[in-house]
Amino acid sequence: MEKAAVEATDVVKRYGAATAVDGLSFTARRGAVTALLGPNGAGKTSTIEICEGFRFADSGRVRVLGLDPVADASALKPRVGVMPQLGGVPTGARAGEWLRLMSAFHARPIPPETLLERLGLQSAAATPFRRLSGGQQQRLSLAAAVIGRPELVFLDEPTAGLDPQARRTTWELVGELRDAGVGVVLTTHYMEEAERLADHVVIIDRGRVVADGSTDELTAAQQELRFDAAPGLDTEDLLAALPTASRIEAVPGEPGSALSRYVIVTEAPGGLGPEFIATVTTWCAANGILPEGLRVQRRTLEDVFLELTGRELRES
Amino acid sequence: MTQTHSSTSLFAPAPQAAPMHRMVAAQAAMELRIMLRNGEQLLLTMVIPILLLAGFSLTSVLDTGQGARVDFLAPGILALAVMSTAFTGQAIGTGFERRYGVLKRLGATPLPRFGLLAAKTLAVLGVELLQIALLCGTAFLLGWAPSGGAVGVLYAALLILLATAAFSALALLMAGTLRAEATLAAANLVYVLLLGLGGVVFPVDRFPAAVQPVLEALPTTALAGGLRSVLTEGAAPALLPVLVLAAWTAAGALLASRFFKWD
Repeated sequence: MEKAAVEATDVVKRYGAATAVDGLSFTARRGAVTALLGPNGAGKTSTIEICEGFRFADSGRVRVLGLDPVADASALKPRVGVMPQLGGVPTGARAGEWLRLMSAFHARPIPPETLLERLGLQSAAATPFRRLSGGQQQRLSLAAAVIGRPELVFLDEPTAGLDPQARRTTWELVGELRDAGVGVVLTTHYMEEAERLADHVVIIDRGRVVADGSTDELTAAQQELRFDAAPGLDTEDLLAALPTASRIEAVPGEPGSALSRYVIVTEAPGGLGPEFIATVTTWCAANGILPEGLRVQRRTLEDVFLELTGRELRES
Repeated sequence: MTQTHSSTSLFAPAPQAAPMHRMVAAQAAMELRIMLRNGEQLLLTMVIPILLLAGFSLTSVLDTGQGARVDFLAPGILALAVMSTAFTGQAIGTGFERRYGVLKRLGATPLPRFGLLAAKTLAVLGVELLQIALLCGTAFLLGWAPSGGAVGVLYAALLILLATAAFSALALLMAGTLRAEATLAAANLVYVLLLGLGGVVFPVDRFPAAVQPVLEALPTTALAGGLRSVLTEGAAPALLPVLVLAAWTAAGALLASRFFKWD
């Protein structure tokens, strides 16, 4: 059995003059969660729809479970579960009825009642799709994606618009899929989701992969020191006081705050140890600066994304 | 990791498509339930045809020529009923399914496209059977006495099947190319126009001679005229309505298969 669930190589997709996917490559494993992470319009949905066989790539090569998503579509369909961004459920279909239909397409489906219960949808079973809340619609769509016991699922923004409770339910289900050996490829623009869920994160911006690896690899398991202070801090002078192989970034502070945020990372031996911090605070004291909210923390994917693209991931 | 539990997990992969007949039956049953639950569609497919049949049969508002009014009206209303389900209802339903991504979602299931078309056809035929039963029952209560015998019934069934194919092809052509809102407007407009011009309640020979050949070439006119000549006038089954409906089917299917967009 081939190991990779998805192998995409140099995929290009254009819509007229606009290039949505610009030479994108990634690999997703079975029994692992792969997150395609990026802002809206980065090309995540186009990429996933090419893998699903809904769209043709203009060039490049895609293999899903070792097969061609377009030429081998009929062989792949029973084996691949799909959760599109738009639910794709007839507005008049009832939740339970829709799941029973989806289960009728498969020889060994998960019982619809079991999934309704797992996803907290029993009370909505007789409700038409158009009267379900956005979160219920999302969960129904997720249930339909997994009901046929697929080897691989594509989840396009599976938790968009979910409340924290429903998001946790979805995360748990995704974790179970992975543990059962199912390959999961999902798109998200939630950093937290990628960090919590994904074994492998592919950061996409403007149709290209800007970084690719495990969360630890991407953040290089790096610590950072951050504090807030008045804008215009002499970062070069501070840097001169620090061990070599250190960097300082100045980024905007909290919304509504007049302060700037300063982020320091270092690859110096000893890292962000007590001595390093003492050096920073000593320099601050010598320059009459109060470093507010000084703390050492693990770098986040958000920091990595900002550093790689110069832009915030989250749209306000 | 809980890899050791994988064989007992609810989600352990075990993919396999269901047999084709089960998939098609399930999809057809779903389509049928959705059609019968939709109030606007029932208005077009059941309520309006029955009101027209009973209203014009019981009053003398409409001049239907010689003979019992119900004898003239019943075949035309049957044609209207077939058109309302196979064309109007199907165009609007499929148009919105396309708009809401339903066709695309179904395209990701093991149900192949021809299975979906087969299911839609079965559901349309199911609604038509219900319509025919209701309308014929109403017509008999109003004193309908169709002629034509067994041959007439067989010919009527053939025309209705052919018309269903023609209307379905045209419905899919419209739903697969226009926006859902445009399909909604256009399909309703066509319903009203063909109700007036398609020989449903107004005899075609009342229209100016110059437009009559055009009206005769419409699928609704071919169906209504063919049914009427055999069931009302007791004439031998004619070939022309069959040819007209076959031509619409061929043209509609060709264009729909060429231009239908699934999303």
